[in-house]
Amino acid sequence: MKKTTDRPSLAKLPTHIPGFDLIAMGGLPKGRPTLVSGTSSTGKTVFAVQFLAAGIIESGQNGVFVTFEESPDDIRMNMISLGWDIAAWESEGKWAFVDASPQDDDEITAIGTFDLAALLVRVEHAVRQIGAERIVMDTLGSLFGRFTDRSAIRREILRILRSLKTMNVTALVTSERRDESGPLDRFGAETFVFDAVIILRNHLEDEKRRRTIEIFKYRGTTHHQGEYPFTIVPEEGIAVLSLAGMELKQQSGDIRITSGSQALDDICGGGFFRDSIVLVSGATGTGKTLMTTEFIQGGAGNGEKCLLFAFEESREQLFRNARGWGVDYERIEAEGKLRLVCEYPEVSGMEDRLIMMKKVIGTFKPDRVAVDSLSALERVSSVKGFREFVIGLTSFIKHQETAGLFTSTTPTLMGGESITEAHISTLTDSIILLRYVELYGEMRRGLTVLKMRGSQHAKNIFEFTIDGQGFHIGKPFHNISGILAGMPAAGAALQEVDRLDALFRSEERP
Amino acid sequence: MDIRMNRYELELYIAGQTPVSRRAVANLRKLCERDMPDACRMVVIDILERPAVAEEKKILATPTLIRAYPPPPCRIIGDMSDMEKVVFYLDMSAVETMPAPREGEKQ
Repeated sequence: MKKTTDRPSLAKLPTHIPGFDLIAMGGLPKGRPTLVSGTSSTGKTVFAVQFLAAGIIESGQNGVFVTFEESPDDIRMNMISLGWDIAAWESEGKWAFVDASPQDDDEITAIGTFDLAALLVRVEHAVRQIGAERIVMDTLGSLFGRFTDRSAIRREILRILRSLKTMNVTALVTSERRDESGPLDRFGAETFVFDAVIILRNHLEDEKRRRTIEIFKYRGTTHHQGEYPFTIVPEEGIAVLSLAGMELKQQSGDIRITSGSQALDDICGGGFFRDSIVLVSGATGTGKTLMTTEFIQGGAGNGEKCLLFAFEESREQLFRNARGWGVDYERIEAEGKLRLVCEYPEVSGMEDRLIMMKKVIGTFKPDRVAVDSLSALERVSSVKGFREFVIGLTSFIKHQETAGLFTSTTPTLMGGESITEAHISTLTDSIILLRYVELYGEMRRGLTVLKMRGSQHAKNIFEFTIDGQGFHIGKPFHNISGILAGMPAAGAALQEVDRLDALFRSEERP
Repeated sequence: MDIRMNRYELELYIAGQTPVSRRAVANLRKLCERDMPDACRMVVIDILERPAVAEEKKILATPTLIRAYPPPPCRIIGDMSDMEKVVFYLDMSAVETMPAPREGEKQ
């Protein structure tokens, strides 16, 4: 009568490598071996070291590092920049090396049969000595390269892995691939002995380096499929950007906050939602940065903390612009209500930038986040990388229960839509369009709320003007069509006077 | 029998009393005790009993034979099934052709 559900399910060991446990849906198979494969310089050793480091730091699990390639001295030194003081852990009995790296005197000559019992003994000894729960072997290929009898090595590796299983130690074994399309392991070490196989990659994509991680196989359990981008952050190590782990479970309150403009609040039916992302789209000069400024001033005026990521203008330019609209950024910043982060889009890759932005948001804990502009980032990223960035950022902001305002520049003056919008319009809760309206040889500005999730909003296209006090929303355009398409045309049947009269009539037409 | 001037110190690392270990010990003993007595001192270390020594000496495979003296140290692995090769790799062939040393240089 036993049901299959009674069987013990595969236990997982959380690695505590940021983001990885999400795509692995819990971690690595506990007490079992996992293979990490990748071509050279894909981050295998960092991943392996971090597996042990995170064990020590996050869950008090000691670790043994078996190195077949680099000397322990090199590893200790290389990992300092990632914030891991291995020597200190060694003296505390939390970390032990088994140094199987090539020595000066051992050009290994084999005469007759041999085994790697000595290695096994050393590994078991180290595990017992510090009570290790995690072990790393880095990297198999280097071991194979030193012996001519490969079948013997393969047999011995299997023996060691079996032994580790009986000791209930979670093992991570790295292996070098010759190329991306080739076999997972240069020496055909059977992947069947591993309960999970992870592939690390380092692509060149649109002239940008892009690191990805893929769980290629995970026996007996589900995991998220496909490649996920990751980055190696100084002082922290690997961080996997796991969109997969995200769930659409963010709170959706109906608390309204001011947009910074009473008129715009009215149009939106009482202001923006607090847990929402607003996209402001418009051509250059339509007033996007101004709207961002109003958004921040509105927040700061209510005692909220605001964070502005500016990718197009410097601090000084932003200060000057804000002053021009009667907003004193310097004072707000001095009060601790504002933080400005100005950076050229080219400074870092999308993965690193997302990590940086999350970190700033995490430490500053703002009530409002503005990004001016997203399209500036778009031009330095691959399409895929950009989409992942935007999804990652919007989801993170929403989870913080923070209001977000992103701006996006449309490529054409009149009408138009940008790729940015195509990617993120479904992710944002509200979209505000700012458009130029050419009427009788005059450039005017129009504003409309295209979408506002969960709320009624005015459907008109309003005229607005910009002066030294900021922007002023006027009356809706009437009897004009084709504004959004970039080809405004007056209604045909009306006389000139009627048309002008109708243009700024306050009441709705019947 | 000539008294050899060269003295070899050999360390043999084994992992327990396996057939391979026994073969290696027997082969080496034959070399040292029968073929070149007095020229060769051998120590057998069972790493199952002394795992820390295996770590310190960075022993990977068993059996491992280390020529600890004369320098530079060198090592070979396996059950020493071919003693001619062992003698060749450890550069011990000199023993056979070495002229007899003066008395008193033993030890």
